[in-house]
Amino acid sequence: MIHINEVVETNQMILEDNLDVRTITMGISLLDCASTSLEEFNQKIYDKITTKAKELVKVGEDISKEFGIPIVNKRISVTPIAIAAAGTNADSYVSVAQTLDRAAKAVGVNFIGGFSALVQKGATKSDLVLMDSIPEALAITDHVCSSINVGSTKAGINMDAVRRIGEMIKETAELTKERDSIGCAKFVVFTNAPDDNPFMAGAFHGVGEHDTVINVGVSGPGVVNKALESCKGSDFEELCEIIKKIAFKITRVGQLVAKEASKRLGVPFGIIDLSLAPTPAVGDSIAEILEAMGLEYVGAPGTTAALALLNDQVKKGGAMASSYVGGLSGAFIPVSEDQGMIRAVQAGALTIEKLEAMTCVCSVGLDMIAIPGSTKASTISGIIADEMAIGMINQKTTAVRIIPVVGKEVGDMAEFGGLLGSAPVMAVNNFSCEGFINRKGRIPAPIHSFKN
Amino acid sequence: MKRGIITVLGKDTVGIIAKVCTYLAEQDINILDISQTIIQDIFNMMMIVDLSRTDKDVSQIVDDLEGIGASIGVRIQLQREEIFNNMHRI
Repeated sequence: MIHINEVVETNQMILEDNLDVRTITMGISLLDCASTSLEEFNQKIYDKITTKAKELVKVGEDISKEFGIPIVNKRISVTPIAIAAAGTNADSYVSVAQTLDRAAKAVGVNFIGGFSALVQKGATKSDLVLMDSIPEALAITDHVCSSINVGSTKAGINMDAVRRIGEMIKETAELTKERDSIGCAKFVVFTNAPDDNPFMAGAFHGVGEHDTVINVGVSGPGVVNKALESCKGSDFEELCEIIKKIAFKITRVGQLVAKEASKRLGVPFGIIDLSLAPTPAVGDSIAEILEAMGLEYVGAPGTTAALALLNDQVKKGGAMASSYVGGLSGAFIPVSEDQGMIRAVQAGALTIEKLEAMTCVCSVGLDMIAIPGSTKASTISGIIADEMAIGMINQKTTAVRIIPVVGKEVGDMAEFGGLLGSAPVMAVNNFSCEGFINRKGRIPAPIHSFKN
Repeated sequence: MKRGIITVLGKDTVGIIAKVCTYLAEQDINILDISQTIIQDIFNMMMIVDLSRTDKDVSQIVDDLEGIGASIGVRIQLQREEIFNNMHRI
Protein backbone atom coordinates (compact mmCIF):
# COMPACT_ATOMS: atom_id res chain seq x y z
CA MET A 1 0.00 0.00 0.00
CA ILE A 2 1.18 3.49 -0.82
CA HIS A 3 2.41 5.45 2.18
CA ILE A 4 1.41 9.02 2.87
CA ASN A 5 5.03 10.18 2.70
CA GLU A 6 5.30 8.88 -0.85
CA VAL A 7 2.15 10.72 -1.83
CA VAL A 8 3.45 13.90 -0.24
CA GLU A 9 6.80 13.50 -2.03
CA THR A 10 5.16 13.09 -5.43
CA ASN A 11 2.84 16.01 -4.94
CA GLN A 12 5.64 18.26 -3.71
CA MET A 13 7.56 17.46 -6.88
CA ILE A 14 4.55 18.49 -8.93
CA LEU A 15 3.48 21.54 -6.96
CA GLU A 16 6.79 23.01 -5.89
CA ASP A 17 9.47 21.65 -8.20
CA ASN A 18 7.71 21.92 -11.58
CA LEU A 19 7.54 18.18 -12.27
CA ASP A 20 5.59 17.70 -15.44
CA VAL A 21 5.35 15.66 -18.59
CA ARG A 22 6.74 18.05 -21.14
CA THR A 23 5.03 16.77 -24.22
CA ILE A 24 2.81 14.10 -25.67
CA THR A 25 3.62 14.10 -29.35
CA MET A 26 1.56 12.17 -31.86
CA GLY A 27 3.55 11.08 -34.87
CA ILE A 28 1.42 10.80 -38.00
CA SER A 29 2.56 9.34 -41.31
CA LEU A 30 1.53 11.37 -44.35
CA LEU A 31 2.91 8.87 -46.87
CA ASP A 32 -0.59 7.70 -47.77
CA CYS A 33 -1.59 11.28 -48.60
CA ALA A 34 0.68 11.40 -51.66
CA SER A 35 -0.89 13.01 -54.68
CA THR A 36 0.10 14.60 -57.97
CA SER A 37 -2.07 17.58 -57.15
CA LEU A 38 -0.87 20.01 -54.46
CA GLU A 39 -4.43 21.01 -53.65
CA GLU A 40 -5.49 17.42 -53.17
CA PHE A 41 -2.39 16.67 -51.10
CA ASN A 42 -3.18 19.58 -48.78
CA GLN A 43 -6.76 18.42 -48.36
CA LYS A 44 -5.65 14.87 -47.62
CA ILE A 45 -3.08 15.86 -45.00
CA TYR A 46 -5.53 18.22 -43.34
CA ASP A 47 -8.13 15.47 -43.15
CA LYS A 48 -5.70 12.87 -41.88
CA ILE A 49 -4.15 15.06 -39.18
CA THR A 50 -7.45 16.40 -37.91
CA THR A 51 -8.92 12.88 -37.82
CA LYS A 52 -6.01 11.12 -36.14
CA ALA A 53 -5.28 13.88 -33.63
CA LYS A 54 -8.89 14.84 -32.98
CA GLU A 55 -8.87 13.56 -29.41
CA LEU A 56 -5.19 14.21 -28.63
CA VAL A 57 -5.61 17.41 -26.63
CA LYS A 58 -8.68 16.16 -24.76
CA VAL A 59 -7.03 12.86 -23.84
CA GLY A 60 -3.94 14.74 -22.67
CA GLU A 61 -6.07 16.99 -20.49
CA ASP A 62 -8.08 14.08 -19.07
CA ILE A 63 -4.94 12.15 -18.12
CA SER A 64 -3.45 15.26 -16.61
CA LYS A 65 -6.50 15.75 -14.44
CA GLU A 66 -6.97 12.14 -13.36
CA PHE A 67 -3.35 11.62 -12.34
CA GLY A 68 -2.76 15.14 -11.13
CA ILE A 69 0.32 15.61 -13.30
CA PRO A 70 0.63 18.58 -15.66
CA ILE A 71 1.13 17.68 -19.32
CA VAL A 72 2.50 20.90 -20.70
CA ASN A 73 2.36 20.38 -24.46
CA LYS A 74 0.33 18.34 -26.86
CA ARG A 75 2.02 18.25 -30.26
CA ILE A 76 2.10 16.54 -33.62
CA SER A 77 4.95 15.40 -35.81
CA VAL A 78 4.46 14.36 -39.43
CA THR A 79 6.40 12.65 -42.20
CA PRO A 80 9.02 15.06 -43.60
CA ILE A 81 7.04 17.14 -46.08
CA ALA A 82 9.83 16.96 -48.67
CA ILE A 83 9.13 13.21 -48.87
CA ALA A 84 5.34 13.25 -48.48
CA ALA A 85 4.78 16.10 -50.95
CA ALA A 86 7.35 15.05 -53.56
CA GLY A 87 4.68 13.64 -55.88
CA THR A 88 3.01 17.02 -56.28
CA ASN A 89 5.99 18.34 -58.22
CA ALA A 90 5.09 21.77 -56.85
CA ASP A 91 7.44 24.78 -56.95
CA SER A 92 6.60 25.92 -53.44
CA TYR A 93 5.44 24.19 -50.28
CA VAL A 94 4.30 27.33 -48.50
CA SER A 95 0.67 26.25 -48.89
CA VAL A 96 1.55 22.93 -47.22
CA ALA A 97 2.91 24.81 -44.22
CA GLN A 98 -0.29 26.85 -44.10
CA THR A 99 -2.32 23.64 -44.19
CA LEU A 100 -0.28 22.18 -41.33
CA ASP A 101 -0.83 25.40 -39.39
CA ARG A 102 -4.60 25.21 -39.95
CA ALA A 103 -4.66 21.56 -38.88
CA ALA A 104 -2.68 22.39 -35.72
CA LYS A 105 -5.14 25.15 -34.85
CA ALA A 106 -8.12 22.89 -35.56
CA VAL A 107 -6.98 20.20 -33.11
CA GLY A 108 -5.55 22.66 -30.58
CA VAL A 109 -1.90 21.59 -30.47
CA ASN A 110 0.74 24.27 -29.94
CA PHE A 111 3.31 23.00 -32.44
CA ILE A 112 3.35 20.73 -35.47
CA GLY A 113 6.75 19.53 -36.66
CA GLY A 114 7.78 17.95 -39.91
CA PHE A 115 8.16 20.77 -42.41
CA SER A 116 11.38 18.93 -42.97
CA ALA A 117 13.83 17.35 -45.39
CA LEU A 118 16.57 14.75 -45.01
CA VAL A 119 19.46 15.78 -47.22
CA GLN A 120 22.51 14.30 -45.50
CA LYS A 121 23.81 12.82 -48.72
CA GLY A 122 22.07 14.89 -51.35
CA ALA A 123 18.93 16.84 -52.10
CA THR A 124 16.06 15.90 -54.41
CA LYS A 125 14.09 18.55 -56.25
CA SER A 126 11.46 18.29 -53.54
CA ASP A 127 14.09 18.84 -50.82
CA LEU A 128 15.26 22.00 -52.56
CA VAL A 129 11.71 23.28 -52.96
CA LEU A 130 11.14 22.69 -49.25
CA MET A 131 14.30 24.55 -48.26
CA ASP A 132 13.35 27.47 -50.49
CA SER A 133 9.89 27.56 -48.89
CA ILE A 134 11.09 27.63 -45.28
CA PRO A 135 11.62 31.40 -44.77
CA GLU A 136 8.16 32.38 -45.99
CA ALA A 137 6.51 29.34 -44.39
CA LEU A 138 7.92 30.18 -40.95
CA ALA A 139 7.06 33.86 -41.35
CA ILE A 140 3.38 33.36 -42.12
CA THR A 141 2.53 30.41 -39.85
CA ASP A 142 2.31 30.29 -36.07
CA HIS A 143 2.61 26.63 -35.14
CA VAL A 144 4.71 25.00 -37.84
CA CYS A 145 8.22 23.84 -36.99
CA SER A 146 10.83 22.98 -39.57
CA SER A 147 14.01 20.96 -39.61
CA ILE A 148 16.65 19.80 -42.06
CA ASN A 149 18.98 16.88 -41.47
CA VAL A 150 22.23 17.78 -43.23
CA GLY A 151 24.58 15.14 -41.92
CA SER A 152 24.95 11.65 -40.48
CA THR A 153 27.73 9.42 -39.30
CA LYS A 154 26.94 7.11 -42.23
CA ALA A 155 26.70 9.73 -44.97
CA GLY A 156 28.94 12.60 -43.89
CA ILE A 157 27.89 16.23 -44.12
CA ASN A 158 26.14 17.78 -47.10
CA MET A 159 28.03 21.07 -47.21
CA ASP A 160 25.92 22.42 -50.09
CA ALA A 161 22.94 22.22 -47.76
CA VAL A 162 24.92 23.75 -44.89
CA ARG A 163 25.84 26.71 -47.10
CA ARG A 164 22.25 27.13 -48.30
CA ILE A 165 20.89 26.94 -44.75
CA GLY A 166 23.16 29.78 -43.59
CA GLU A 167 21.52 31.99 -46.20
CA MET A 168 18.07 30.60 -45.48
CA ILE A 169 18.36 31.40 -41.77
CA LYS A 170 19.26 34.99 -42.68
CA GLU A 171 16.21 35.22 -44.99
CA THR A 172 13.96 33.81 -42.27
CA ALA A 173 15.35 36.31 -39.76
CA GLU A 174 14.71 39.18 -42.16
CA LEU A 175 11.12 38.11 -42.87
CA THR A 176 10.30 38.01 -39.16
CA LYS A 177 12.41 40.99 -38.06
CA GLU A 178 9.38 42.74 -36.49
CA ARG A 179 9.25 39.95 -33.91
CA ASP A 180 12.97 39.63 -33.13
CA SER A 181 13.44 37.19 -36.02
CA ILE A 182 11.28 34.58 -34.26
CA GLY A 183 10.98 32.51 -37.47
CA CYS A 184 14.48 31.15 -36.80
CA ALA A 185 13.35 29.84 -33.39
CA LYS A 186 11.10 27.40 -35.23
CA PHE A 187 13.86 25.94 -37.39
CA VAL A 188 16.58 23.49 -36.48
CA VAL A 189 19.35 21.87 -38.51
CA PHE A 190 20.50 18.38 -37.52
CA THR A 191 23.08 15.71 -37.87
CA ASN A 192 21.88 12.18 -37.05
CA ALA A 193 18.29 13.38 -36.52
CA PRO A 194 16.17 10.75 -34.74
CA ASP A 195 12.93 9.52 -36.34
CA ASP A 196 10.96 9.56 -33.11
CA ASN A 197 11.89 12.82 -31.39
CA PRO A 198 8.87 14.27 -29.55
CA PHE A 199 10.51 17.66 -28.90
CA MET A 200 10.23 20.76 -31.07
CA ALA A 201 11.41 22.33 -33.23
CA GLY A 202 13.06 19.17 -34.54
CA ALA A 203 10.24 16.63 -34.36
CA PHE A 204 9.29 14.71 -37.48
CA HIS A 205 7.75 11.29 -38.04
CA GLY A 206 10.32 8.98 -39.61
CA VAL A 207 9.52 6.70 -42.52
CA GLY A 208 10.28 3.55 -40.52
CA GLU A 209 7.58 4.30 -37.98
CA HIS A 210 4.00 3.08 -37.42
CA ASP A 211 1.23 4.94 -39.24
CA THR A 212 0.47 6.79 -36.02
CA VAL A 213 2.43 6.66 -32.78
CA ILE A 214 2.60 8.31 -29.36
CA ASN A 215 5.98 9.56 -28.13
CA VAL A 216 6.43 11.26 -24.81
CA GLY A 217 9.05 13.70 -23.54
CA VAL A 218 9.50 13.81 -19.79
CA SER A 219 11.11 16.56 -17.86
CA GLY A 220 11.85 17.79 -14.37
CA PRO A 221 15.07 19.78 -13.95
CA GLY A 222 13.46 21.46 -10.92
CA VAL A 223 13.06 18.09 -9.19
CA VAL A 224 16.70 17.14 -9.79
CA ASN A 225 17.77 20.55 -8.58
CA LYS A 226 15.77 20.19 -5.37
CA ALA A 227 17.22 16.76 -4.70
CA LEU A 228 20.75 18.06 -5.11
CA GLU A 229 20.17 20.61 -2.35
CA SER A 230 20.27 17.71 0.07
CA CYS A 231 23.70 16.51 -1.02
CA LYS A 232 25.97 19.52 -0.78
CA GLY A 233 29.52 18.29 -0.18
CA SER A 234 28.72 14.64 -0.84
CA ASP A 235 31.00 12.59 -3.09
CA PHE A 236 30.35 11.75 -6.74
CA GLU A 237 28.94 8.32 -5.96
CA GLU A 238 26.21 9.77 -3.77
CA LEU A 239 25.55 12.61 -6.22
CA CYS A 240 25.05 10.13 -9.05
CA GLU A 241 22.80 7.89 -6.97
CA ILE A 242 20.49 10.78 -6.15
CA ILE A 243 20.18 11.85 -9.79
CA LYS A 244 19.53 8.28 -10.92
CA LYS A 245 16.75 7.76 -8.40
CA ILE A 246 15.05 11.01 -9.34
CA ALA A 247 15.39 10.25 -13.06
CA PHE A 248 13.77 6.88 -12.46
CA LYS A 249 10.79 8.45 -10.71
CA ILE A 250 10.34 11.17 -13.33
CA THR A 251 10.53 8.69 -16.18
CA ARG A 252 8.05 6.29 -14.59
CA VAL A 253 5.50 9.08 -14.63
CA GLY A 254 6.25 9.67 -18.30
CA GLN A 255 5.90 5.97 -19.03
CA LEU A 256 2.55 5.84 -17.24
CA VAL A 257 1.24 8.84 -19.17
CA ALA A 258 2.53 7.44 -22.47
CA LYS A 259 0.88 4.05 -21.95
CA GLU A 260 -2.37 5.64 -20.84
CA ALA A 261 -2.44 8.03 -23.81
CA SER A 262 -1.61 5.19 -26.17
CA LYS A 263 -4.46 3.07 -24.75
CA ARG A 264 -7.04 5.84 -24.83
CA LEU A 265 -6.16 7.02 -28.32
CA GLY A 266 -5.82 3.51 -29.70
CA VAL A 267 -2.39 4.38 -31.07
CA PRO A 268 0.82 2.39 -30.42
CA PHE A 269 3.28 3.69 -27.84
CA GLY A 270 6.60 4.61 -29.41
CA ILE A 271 9.25 5.88 -27.04
CA ILE A 272 10.01 7.94 -23.98
CA ASP A 273 12.54 10.67 -24.61
CA LEU A 274 14.77 10.94 -21.56
CA SER A 275 15.74 14.56 -21.93
CA LEU A 276 15.85 17.05 -19.13
CA ALA A 277 14.17 20.07 -20.67
CA PRO A 278 14.14 23.43 -18.94
CA THR A 279 11.43 26.09 -19.18
CA PRO A 280 11.64 29.83 -18.61
CA ALA A 281 9.96 29.24 -15.20
CA VAL A 282 12.08 30.03 -12.15
CA GLY A 283 13.72 26.89 -10.75
CA ASP A 284 13.09 24.82 -13.89
CA SER A 285 16.65 25.20 -15.07
CA ILE A 286 19.42 22.85 -16.21
CA ALA A 287 21.98 25.56 -15.50
CA GLU A 288 20.93 25.64 -11.87
CA ILE A 289 21.49 21.88 -11.55
CA LEU A 290 25.05 22.33 -12.79
CA GLU A 291 25.49 25.24 -10.41
CA ALA A 292 24.11 23.13 -7.55
CA MET A 293 26.91 20.66 -8.27
CA GLY A 294 29.40 23.37 -7.39
CA LEU A 295 29.89 25.73 -10.34
CA GLU A 296 29.62 29.47 -9.85
CA TYR A 297 28.04 29.81 -13.28
CA VAL A 298 27.43 27.49 -16.18
CA GLY A 299 30.39 27.93 -18.48
CA ALA A 300 32.97 27.83 -15.69
CA PRO A 301 35.67 25.15 -16.05
CA GLY A 302 34.11 21.85 -14.99
CA THR A 303 30.84 22.56 -16.80
CA THR A 304 31.36 19.94 -19.50
CA ALA A 305 32.20 17.27 -16.92
CA ALA A 306 29.22 18.20 -14.75
CA LEU A 307 26.89 18.03 -17.74
CA ALA A 308 28.31 14.67 -18.85
CA LEU A 309 27.78 13.27 -15.37
CA LEU A 310 24.25 14.67 -15.14
CA ASN A 311 23.04 13.32 -18.42
CA ASP A 312 24.57 9.90 -17.97
CA GLN A 313 22.81 9.46 -14.63
CA VAL A 314 19.52 10.64 -16.12
CA LYS A 315 19.87 7.96 -18.79
CA LYS A 316 20.86 5.25 -16.32
CA GLY A 317 17.94 5.99 -14.02
CA GLY A 318 15.52 6.59 -16.85
CA ALA A 319 16.41 3.53 -18.93
CA MET A 320 15.19 1.20 -16.19
CA ALA A 321 11.93 3.11 -15.83
CA SER A 322 10.85 2.87 -19.44
CA SER A 323 10.37 -0.06 -21.76
CA TYR A 324 11.41 1.91 -24.86
CA VAL A 325 13.75 4.86 -24.81
CA GLY A 326 14.43 6.94 -27.89
CA GLY A 327 14.19 10.40 -29.36
CA LEU A 328 16.96 12.75 -28.44
CA SER A 329 17.48 11.66 -24.85
CA GLY A 330 20.16 14.24 -24.23
CA ALA A 331 20.52 17.42 -22.23
CA PHE A 332 18.69 20.42 -23.62
CA ILE A 333 20.38 23.65 -22.85
CA PRO A 334 18.38 26.21 -24.81
CA VAL A 335 19.75 29.56 -23.73
CA SER A 336 16.48 31.48 -24.07
CA GLU A 337 14.42 28.94 -22.17
CA ASP A 338 16.62 28.63 -19.09
CA GLN A 339 16.99 31.45 -16.57
CA GLY A 340 20.31 30.10 -15.33
CA MET A 341 21.76 30.03 -18.84
CA ILE A 342 20.66 33.61 -19.44
CA ARG A 343 22.31 34.73 -16.19
CA ALA A 344 25.53 32.94 -17.13
CA VAL A 345 25.65 34.65 -20.54
CA GLN A 346 25.00 38.04 -18.98
CA ALA A 347 27.74 37.46 -16.41
CA GLY A 348 30.16 36.70 -19.23
CA ALA A 349 30.65 33.12 -18.02
CA LEU A 350 29.14 31.33 -20.99
CA THR A 351 30.13 31.64 -24.64
CA ILE A 352 29.06 29.92 -27.84
CA GLU A 353 32.39 28.07 -27.88
CA LYS A 354 31.73 26.59 -24.42
CA LEU A 355 28.21 25.61 -25.46
CA GLU A 356 29.75 23.86 -28.45
CA ALA A 357 32.10 21.94 -26.16
CA MET A 358 29.13 20.85 -24.07
CA THR A 359 27.52 19.34 -27.15
CA CYS A 360 30.46 16.93 -27.44
CA VAL A 361 29.37 15.03 -24.36
CA CYS A 362 25.62 15.00 -24.31
CA SER A 363 24.01 18.27 -25.10
CA VAL A 364 21.87 18.03 -28.19
CA GLY A 365 23.14 21.22 -29.70
CA LEU A 366 23.46 24.96 -29.92
CA ASP A 367 19.89 25.68 -29.01
CA MET A 368 17.97 28.95 -29.00
CA ILE A 369 21.03 31.11 -29.28
CA ALA A 370 20.53 34.71 -30.34
CA ILE A 371 23.40 36.29 -32.28
CA PRO A 372 23.80 39.73 -33.86
CA GLY A 373 21.61 40.23 -36.94
CA SER A 374 24.65 41.49 -38.81
CA THR A 375 26.35 38.05 -38.65
CA LYS A 376 27.27 36.86 -42.16
CA ALA A 377 25.47 33.86 -43.67
CA SER A 378 28.81 32.10 -44.17
CA THR A 379 29.63 32.50 -40.47
CA ILE A 380 26.29 30.92 -39.55
CA SER A 381 27.07 28.07 -41.96
CA GLY A 382 30.50 27.73 -40.31
CA ILE A 383 28.92 27.43 -36.86
CA ILE A 384 26.51 24.83 -38.23
CA ALA A 385 29.32 22.88 -39.94
CA ASP A 386 31.31 22.69 -36.69
CA GLU A 387 28.31 21.44 -34.76
CA MET A 388 27.41 18.89 -37.45
CA ALA A 389 30.99 17.58 -37.43
CA ILE A 390 30.75 16.93 -33.69
CA GLY A 391 27.64 14.84 -34.28
CA MET A 392 29.07 13.00 -37.25
CA ILE A 393 32.32 12.04 -35.53
CA ASN A 394 30.78 11.24 -32.14
CA GLN A 395 27.89 9.23 -33.63
CA LYS A 396 25.35 11.34 -31.82
CA THR A 397 22.61 13.80 -32.64
CA THR A 398 23.65 17.41 -32.77
CA ALA A 399 21.55 20.38 -33.77
CA VAL A 400 21.70 24.11 -34.28
CA ARG A 401 18.84 26.50 -33.64
CA ILE A 402 20.35 29.93 -33.97
CA ILE A 403 18.64 33.29 -34.36
CA PRO A 404 20.44 36.21 -36.02
CA VAL A 405 18.23 38.90 -34.52
CA VAL A 406 17.85 41.66 -37.09
CA GLY A 407 18.72 45.07 -35.67
CA LYS A 408 20.20 43.77 -32.42
CA GLU A 409 23.77 43.62 -31.19
CA VAL A 410 25.70 41.79 -28.47
CA GLY A 411 24.22 42.52 -25.05
CA ASP A 412 20.70 43.32 -26.32
CA MET A 413 17.84 41.00 -25.40
CA ALA A 414 15.69 39.23 -27.97
CA GLU A 415 12.13 38.60 -26.79
CA PHE A 416 10.32 35.61 -28.27
CA GLY A 417 7.61 35.28 -25.65
CA GLY A 418 5.86 32.29 -24.16
CA LEU A 419 7.61 28.95 -24.25
CA LEU A 420 10.48 30.29 -26.34
CA GLY A 421 11.48 32.83 -23.70
CA SER A 422 14.01 35.59 -24.22
CA ALA A 423 17.69 35.45 -25.07
CA PRO A 424 20.68 37.73 -24.63
CA VAL A 425 22.40 38.31 -27.98
CA MET A 426 25.74 36.47 -27.81
CA ALA A 427 29.05 37.33 -29.41
CA VAL A 428 30.14 35.39 -32.49
CA ASN A 429 33.67 34.80 -33.72
CA ASN A 430 33.54 36.84 -36.91
CA PHE A 431 36.83 35.79 -38.50
CA SER A 432 35.96 34.64 -42.01
CA CYS A 433 35.28 31.02 -43.00
CA GLU A 434 33.96 31.94 -46.44
CA GLY A 435 36.66 30.09 -48.37
CA PHE A 436 35.78 26.87 -46.55
CA ILE A 437 32.00 27.25 -46.70
CA ASN A 438 32.02 28.14 -50.40
CA ARG A 439 33.57 24.80 -51.37
CA LYS A 440 31.04 22.54 -53.10
CA GLY A 441 30.01 19.01 -52.20
CA ARG A 442 30.00 16.76 -49.19
CA ILE A 443 32.34 15.94 -46.33
CA PRO A 444 32.77 12.13 -46.51
CA ALA A 445 31.60 9.81 -43.74
CA PRO A 446 34.23 9.12 -41.07
CA ILE A 447 36.23 5.90 -41.08
CA HIS A 448 34.57 4.53 -37.94
CA SER A 449 31.17 4.55 -39.65
CA PHE A 450 32.19 1.51 -41.73
CA LYS A 451 31.12 -1.05 -39.20
CA ASN A 452 29.87 -3.93 -41.34
CA MET B 1 -9.84 -2.49 -8.55
CA LYS B 2 -9.66 1.13 -9.71
CA ARG B 3 -8.26 3.06 -6.79
CA GLY B 4 -7.65 6.71 -6.13
CA ILE B 5 -5.70 8.70 -3.60
CA ILE B 6 -7.35 11.72 -2.03
CA THR B 7 -5.09 14.20 -0.34
CA VAL B 8 -6.17 17.09 1.82
CA LEU B 9 -3.62 19.78 2.43
CA GLY B 10 -4.06 22.92 4.50
CA LYS B 11 -4.92 24.35 7.87
CA ASP B 12 -6.77 21.97 10.17
CA THR B 13 -10.45 22.89 10.62
CA VAL B 14 -13.51 21.16 12.04
CA GLY B 15 -15.45 18.95 9.70
CA ILE B 16 -12.99 18.38 6.83
CA ILE B 17 -13.19 14.61 6.99
CA ALA B 18 -16.96 14.72 7.52
CA LYS B 19 -17.51 16.79 4.39
CA VAL B 20 -15.27 14.64 2.23
CA CYS B 21 -16.77 11.39 3.54
CA THR B 22 -20.33 12.57 3.00
CA TYR B 23 -19.53 13.39 -0.61
CA LEU B 24 -17.79 10.06 -1.15
CA ALA B 25 -20.74 8.14 0.34
CA GLU B 26 -23.12 9.94 -2.02
CA GLN B 27 -20.98 8.87 -4.97
CA ASP B 28 -20.72 5.24 -3.82
CA ILE B 29 -16.98 5.55 -3.27
CA ASN B 30 -15.65 3.29 -0.53
CA ILE B 31 -12.82 4.43 1.73
CA LEU B 32 -10.13 1.75 2.10
CA ASP B 33 -7.62 3.56 4.28
CA ILE B 34 -7.12 6.90 5.97
CA SER B 35 -3.89 8.31 7.36
CA GLN B 36 -2.75 11.74 8.36
CA THR B 37 0.36 13.59 9.32
CA ILE B 38 1.47 17.13 10.10
CA ILE B 39 4.36 18.32 7.91
CA GLN B 40 5.73 21.78 8.69
CA ASP B 41 2.52 22.77 10.53
CA ILE B 42 0.41 21.80 7.55
CA PHE B 43 -2.31 19.22 7.89
CA ASN B 44 -1.85 16.37 5.45
CA MET B 45 -4.51 13.74 5.13
CA MET B 46 -4.54 10.87 2.70
CA MET B 47 -7.37 8.52 1.83
CA ILE B 48 -7.17 5.50 -0.39
CA VAL B 49 -10.54 5.04 -2.06
CA ASP B 50 -12.19 2.51 -4.34
CA LEU B 51 -13.46 4.16 -7.52
CA SER B 52 -14.76 1.03 -9.21
CA ARG B 53 -18.40 1.34 -8.12
CA THR B 54 -19.07 5.01 -8.81
CA ASP B 55 -20.82 6.09 -12.02
CA LYS B 56 -19.09 9.44 -12.16
CA ASP B 57 -16.06 10.20 -14.31
CA VAL B 58 -12.85 10.53 -12.34
CA SER B 59 -12.30 14.01 -13.75
CA GLN B 60 -15.74 15.09 -12.49
CA ILE B 61 -14.95 13.81 -8.99
CA VAL B 62 -11.64 15.68 -9.15
CA ASP B 63 -13.56 18.90 -9.83
CA ASP B 64 -16.18 18.23 -7.15
CA LEU B 65 -13.56 17.59 -4.47
CA GLU B 66 -11.63 20.66 -5.50
CA GLY B 67 -14.82 22.67 -5.04
CA ILE B 68 -15.45 21.20 -1.58
CA GLY B 69 -11.86 22.05 -0.64
CA ALA B 70 -12.23 25.62 -1.85
CA SER B 71 -15.39 26.06 0.25
CA ILE B 72 -13.58 25.12 3.47
CA GLY B 73 -10.20 26.66 2.68
CA VAL B 74 -8.11 23.53 2.10
CA ARG B 75 -6.69 21.88 -0.99
CA ILE B 76 -8.37 18.58 -1.82
CA GLN B 77 -6.99 16.52 -4.66
CA LEU B 78 -7.92 13.17 -6.11
CA GLN B 79 -5.38 11.30 -8.22
CA ARG B 80 -5.45 7.81 -9.69
CA GLU B 81 -3.30 5.53 -7.56
CA GLU B 82 -1.13 4.42 -10.49
CA ILE B 83 0.97 7.56 -10.50
CA PHE B 84 2.24 6.79 -7.00
CA ASN B 85 2.66 3.08 -7.61
CA ASN B 86 4.64 3.75 -10.75
CA MET B 87 6.85 6.30 -9.12
CA HIS B 88 7.57 4.53 -5.86
CA ARG B 89 7.38 0.81 -6.65
CA ILE B 90 9.57 -1.13 -9.03
